[in-house]
Amino acid sequence: MNYFLRLIIITLISICALSGCKKNKTLVELGNEEQILHVGNSDEIADVDPHTTTGTPEHNIQISLFEGLVTQDAETLEPKPGVADSWTVSEDGKIYHFHIRDTARWSNGDRLVAQDFVDTWHRALMPALANQWASYLFVLNNAEAFYNGSIKDFSAVGVKALSEQELEITLASNTPYFLQLLNHNSMYPLHIKTILKFGAIDERSTLWTRAENFVGNGAFTLTEWTPQKVVAVKKNPYYWDAEHVKLKGIRFYPIQSDVNAERSYRAGQVHLFDKLPKDKIAFYRNNKDPAYRTFPMYGTYFYRFNTLVKPFNDPRVRKALAYALDRESLVKNVTKGSELAAYTLTPPNPHGYTANATIPYDVEKAKKLLSEAGYPDGVGFPKIKLLYNTLESHQKIAVAIQEMWKKTLGIEIQLENQEWKTFLENQRTMNYQLCRASWIGDYIDPDTFLQLFITDGGNNETGWSNTTYDQLIKKAASSNNQAERFEFFQQAEKILDDEVPIIPLYTYVGNRLVSPSVKGWKNHLQDFWSYKDLYLESQEH
Amino acid sequence: MYLFIIRRILQSIPVLLLVTAVTFFMVHAAPGGPFSQERNVPPEVIKRLNQRYHLDEPMWQQFFSYVGNLLKGDFGPSFKYPSHTVNDLIVAGFPATFELAFYATIFAVLIGLIAGVIASLKPNTIQDYIPMSSAMLGICLPSFVLGPLLLLVFGIWLQWLPVAGWGQIPGDKILPSITLGASYAAYIARISRGGMLEVLSQDYIRTARAKGLSTARIVFVHALRGGITPVISFLGPAIAGLLAGSFVVETIFQIPGLGRFYVQAAFNRDYTMIMGCTIFFAFLIVVFNLLSDVILVWLNPRLRQQVGGGH
Repeated sequence: MNYFLRLIIITLISICALSGCKKNKTLVELGNEEQILHVGNSDEIADVDPHTTTGTPEHNIQISLFEGLVTQDAETLEPKPGVADSWTVSEDGKIYHFHIRDTARWSNGDRLVAQDFVDTWHRALMPALANQWASYLFVLNNAEAFYNGSIKDFSAVGVKALSEQELEITLASNTPYFLQLLNHNSMYPLHIKTILKFGAIDERSTLWTRAENFVGNGAFTLTEWTPQKVVAVKKNPYYWDAEHVKLKGIRFYPIQSDVNAERSYRAGQVHLFDKLPKDKIAFYRNNKDPAYRTFPMYGTYFYRFNTLVKPFNDPRVRKALAYALDRESLVKNVTKGSELAAYTLTPPNPHGYTANATIPYDVEKAKKLLSEAGYPDGVGFPKIKLLYNTLESHQKIAVAIQEMWKKTLGIEIQLENQEWKTFLENQRTMNYQLCRASWIGDYIDPDTFLQLFITDGGNNETGWSNTTYDQLIKKAASSNNQAERFEFFQQAEKILDDEVPIIPLYTYVGNRLVSPSVKGWKNHLQDFWSYKDLYLESQEH
Repeated sequence: MYLFIIRRILQSIPVLLLVTAVTFFMVHAAPGGPFSQERNVPPEVIKRLNQRYHLDEPMWQQFFSYVGNLLKGDFGPSFKYPSHTVNDLIVAGFPATFELAFYATIFAVLIGLIAGVIASLKPNTIQDYIPMSSAMLGICLPSFVLGPLLLLVFGIWLQWLPVAGWGQIPGDKILPSITLGASYAAYIARISRGGMLEVLSQDYIRTARAKGLSTARIVFVHALRGGITPVISFLGPAIAGLLAGSFVVETIFQIPGLGRFYVQAAFNRDYTMIMGCTIFFAFLIVVFNLLSDVILVWLNPRLRQQVGGGH
């Protein structure tokens, strides 16, 4: 027994000795002293190049490394000067003149000039690069034709450097959200000289994005990229607004699991992280934790119908199922993350658009419609499968909906969960009957949502098609008048709500922990983080 | 002895080839591709990406060109992390995995042997029951339970040790090593107890006791050498298992090891990365099994006779 006791004591002493047996300063405390922000990023990044990446983890880092012609006020969402200090727009809304500020510099000290945008967008539209954001540049005159190869000369595309500081952009049609697009990572300028040092201009994934080679124009510049460990950036001394940047650096840790990220937060290893686990939201909210932040987001969670297969080729069936869903109860009792019940696809829009049409909750009407479709009280309704990707939160929603339909309409559905890539493949090939989906708007405009369901649209994936709808979306795209555009969108949305190729369930709400030592944090409808406004203050205990 | 080693190496070549072929065709048969995303990727972009990575070629052609590159030691570019080659990522991730496995092995052997020896000295008494019940608990408690439990106690409540990272904050290697090593420590405790009990009942130990030697001398000088033989044969596959099976611990503790790349690769359909990791881990398993066999043969003269090298 003596041996055993001695062993326990020795082991405990060793652990204490190794750990110092006292509470060490956490990374957050050290970060507060040194103005280094520690961020839990949700995944390892594929790359830093905005032309070859599309994910949120990459975006969270890119916005620190690059800056577009304009930026955006997080609260008002109004465009703010970025690389350009001023701009003018022609009366028809098609021609923009940007003035590049005198002090615009790359992180190696090179001057940033108008031609840099021309060269970057030229690269973005090179087909061999396989840029997934290329279609974003199609708002430029002749950009699509150049990308498709029908125009070979890039000078025909609507972007020209009139001088070192004057950039002229000609759009294919009036695009009221164009200034917002300029703040999108697909539109950031890239240092082409550096790209060319490491390969051909249209070559993907060369070594230009390694920390030792990287040149950018954002408030920060890349200093380390160790896969699965950390991406570190430090303040860029050449940034035009460097004197207002208080953070000395940011360290992004790839933490794939929300649970692990929340634990890292509690242990003081990160100031903030991407997403609070659903089951922890109530705890932080009820305890009024000062770190807890909840904010509306420009995104919708919905279910897709495969409108090409029975029984969902009948709009009455789709409507019946949609009308039978109590979405208020769903957000209150199931999702519980302060989400807003959604009765139409587009979320309420701070720029003035809120859809008039809705898909109401009306059980009596739902029963009637189902009966008209030939399934009174659900009799004879075929067995259908609801497909979702494997995640507990999707499962909870699916189970609740399964129960609602059973209770109100008397129909039975089966639930099927699939691993992410398998799920995506089945959704893409329309190998499903009913499946879960979601969409986060790329810009604050109904267009980003309503574009989804044009005939044969890449993200339609319902098989639904309506010529009038397509025409309305087209008309909206070519209209110079915002009120008129919104009217076209209202009409289109009414068609969508009448024909119900999808069932909107709720509008996303962001739930996040941001350490109280982080000052200057602003919630953003698209969850864009603005690091240059942040600073850290030690917390007194 | 040399012939035995050469024979074993030759035997492992078809094993590795089989692993390569089976994994290659299985990963390509999995639904969904490396470039599919929630936001639909335009078909022309998919076409160009497939061309770039030769995924548009017939499967047999892809396989043979893969094996051709493999023989040159080239695992190809990662599909998910395209500016890195799989070789780069293995080189980047393996040191952390290896270090973790190394510390876990030390922990497992140290704790396992001590517990096993203590238990064997007084079998069927409290001195036996406590370490052996703890060992049973260690075997039953999977790392995804033990890890968060240790994190909660030492990371969150006591705040003695960091909850994540590897080599970033002092002490961040302790909890992952314990978590990974715990179940192996438990196995070693049970195996060494068995081995020691057998040895301690031998006549020469009784003689040593009769001569009045101290317990410590009997254990460390006479009994331990024989008692740990089963532990050595367990260690070969165990180390391979520690290396290849560390992904759960790597995920819980955010360790930038190869295991995390491996699991993520499967979710991302990063074909080349899955292949690279599988072949690499298969190679390690083969090597460690070989090493453990060689050590056993070297330690055991009877086995040495059997494999044909009696000198």
